[in-house]
Amino acid sequence: MAKHYGRGIAAVNYPTGMNLGGDPTQALIFCQPTGGFSVKLASTDLGQGLKTVIAQIAAEALGVPFDSVIVDTGDTDSAPHCMGTFASRATHRVGNAVIMAANEARKALLDVAAEEMEAAPEDLVLENGEIYVKGAPERKTNVFNVALAAHFKHGKTISGRGIYLKQKSGLDPETGACDPDSTEAHATTVAEVEVDDETGEVKVLRLASAYEVGRQINPEMVKGQIVSGAVMGMSHALMETVFPYYPALDHHTYSFGEYIIPTALDIPEIESVVLEYPSSNGPYGVKGVGEMTANSPIPAIVNAIYDAVGVWVTDLPVTPEKVLRALEERSLETH
Amino acid sequence: MGVKQLGIVGQSVKRRDGIGHVTGQTQYVDDVFYTGMLWLKMVRSPISRGIIHGIDASKAEAFPGVVAVVTAKDVPNNWYTILCLIGVEPNDEPVLAHEEVMYMGEPICAIVAETEAIAAEAAALVKLDIEELPPVLDMEFAISPDAPVIKKWGNNTFMYDGYNHRKLRFGDFEKAIQQADHVIEGDYSLSPIEHAPIETHCCVVKPEPDGRLTVHSNTQALYFTMDNTAIILQVPSQRLHMIGGTVGGGFGGKVDVITEPITCIAAMKTGRPVKWRWTREEEMRKSSTRAGVKMHYTDGVMNDGRIIARKVRSLEDAGAYHRHSPYGVQKHMANLPGPYTIPNVWVDAYCVYTNRQPSSAMRGFGVTEATFAVECQMERIARTIGMDSWEIRLINAYRNGQMRPVRKVVEDATLIETIQAAAELIGYELPAHLKAMSSDDYGGKGGHHG
Repeated sequence: MAKHYGRGIAAVNYPTGMNLGGDPTQALIFCQPTGGFSVKLASTDLGQGLKTVIAQIAAEALGVPFDSVIVDTGDTDSAPHCMGTFASRATHRVGNAVIMAANEARKALLDVAAEEMEAAPEDLVLENGEIYVKGAPERKTNVFNVALAAHFKHGKTISGRGIYLKQKSGLDPETGACDPDSTEAHATTVAEVEVDDETGEVKVLRLASAYEVGRQINPEMVKGQIVSGAVMGMSHALMETVFPYYPALDHHTYSFGEYIIPTALDIPEIESVVLEYPSSNGPYGVKGVGEMTANSPIPAIVNAIYDAVGVWVTDLPVTPEKVLRALEERSLETH
Repeated sequence: MGVKQLGIVGQSVKRRDGIGHVTGQTQYVDDVFYTGMLWLKMVRSPISRGIIHGIDASKAEAFPGVVAVVTAKDVPNNWYTILCLIGVEPNDEPVLAHEEVMYMGEPICAIVAETEAIAAEAAALVKLDIEELPPVLDMEFAISPDAPVIKKWGNNTFMYDGYNHRKLRFGDFEKAIQQADHVIEGDYSLSPIEHAPIETHCCVVKPEPDGRLTVHSNTQALYFTMDNTAIILQVPSQRLHMIGGTVGGGFGGKVDVITEPITCIAAMKTGRPVKWRWTREEEMRKSSTRAGVKMHYTDGVMNDGRIIARKVRSLEDAGAYHRHSPYGVQKHMANLPGPYTIPNVWVDAYCVYTNRQPSSAMRGFGVTEATFAVECQMERIARTIGMDSWEIRLINAYRNGQMRPVRKVVEDATLIETIQAAAELIGYELPAHLKAMSSDDYGGKGGHHG
């Protein structure tokens, strides 16, 4: 009776956006009299931080300070259509729509600025809310002044409309030929486990992963996805089921008393490195990171269990009971 | 690689809603209260399959504090229509059951009362006369000729363009498997799991003086929910005003449009604001789960580690109704071969119906299941032919410019680079020939980092 160490790896891809496309998102941006920009969306933030990364993308595309961008999400009376937050699509789709809207608003802003400054719009530089003439930085103004002038002197709107749509494609029913993604993110996870051959318990010691996500808009929030996804994947691999005797209905779970999810004590050492290979169609090269992070830990853990004790337990979740039964079966075979 | 340095993009600015979330100040749907608000509780099927002969809600209706009972006849278009907007037919799930029940927990009628406790107490007084039928729970049984047919179109699978499964055919599997040095098989399965968001489903509807309905929803997709609700209510979408956007965890579990239509009907019927919030038990036992999935892989592998043929049969347990499963199985099908270049592929992916609470979208929909199987199978291949776990993946990894089985040319591959980076992260020294590999070493077109 002993504890056995094992290591397993898994390498995965993950498609960004709805399978076969056809999932648009729109954005509207308008400028307030004192130079604040409101981004109007009907998108939803599930807790992953969409409101923050969209403000970053809008600020970058407009050329204004992050704090001057307001993201208003979640009201169908005041914002145009969004297909929804799922399929690792939100940052990709919403971000693209916001950049398109920001470009239009930025152009309207610079047209007013050009009139105010008696310069050609294409000679103006807009950076972090400051506007100056290329090669003549002393000829300058700012978004605050231009916004006021637009509202009360010129009678001009500073606003923009954006949409992103990957058009819906077909699927050949005979061959399955189809276009299943906008881009693909990737990850490799190395899991280290300890398997107790007396109790069947599996303890995950370490999850070390490399992710490739196109471009990170906010590295700390990407890390948030990585850590939480790793824990969710580990939990899927080892703990979770609503039907412990699937396909039978027996012991159908009804509370977190029977439906086991990890607590702080279960969380292993989690390390990660993030690579950036920008996609051709994401905002600033973004690929979707959301869903993928929960995937690679699952097979990495199952493979590590095999490495540790030499049995395949490929029916999730890998409960202590299943590990013990597999070990027992093997010892019966070898005797 | 190397990306162009930008301004605020790429900075780890503090998330704007973080303080609100961790100090309990963020307003979620359950924090919405209106004066005179009523509460809703659902009467659900106690059995997995049966024929409804009678629903007697007279005692519940007479119970002090009960304001209304909502049954199927109150639902203008009694179908959950969620997939019709993306062209998946036929409708198969009633909003409220009235002829038959197909899973334990299926909604039958709603009690609307002055308090949540009264609604719950009155719900227990509804008498159901349901003739029980043997349920179909096992997928293999469901697709066997012995199984009772539980779907109206005459079999227990979703029909894809006349086929009872989705097909992927690339190259010539049958020929290639004969030429393989090794034939390696593996079985992989997952049982249904729960999304387990902190915030359970919740909806509050307020009828406005101008005749519109304000709908507070924690849906992941506001317009999708609005348009489907409007179809069910048979009103123009403009009568609905959806407010949401802040969700306490979704994971795919909040795209089923499952609370909004009934709560709207209750508010229209009573003329008062109504709240319906699900208990944790309802979240686990009645809301959609991730599907149970069973996959069988048969791979043809050469002595040098190249996989030349892969065949997969996959069964996905949709439970009693479509929800989003027919879509999920298609996504699953496209991902079952994995991110490897395999010249001969054969996939049959089935969307199977059983008398179980419906499954639907969940994080990694169809892909999580496929990558779990693929990566365990890759390891099994490595162990069977005696090859290194890193090498088997690196030599088969898809390269930019190569053709995937779905006949899309690879253009954003970095599988090799993440494998190499993971090895480096744990201090594992890959041999030089594996270190030298790159997603751009195929030499075809595609790729953006050459």
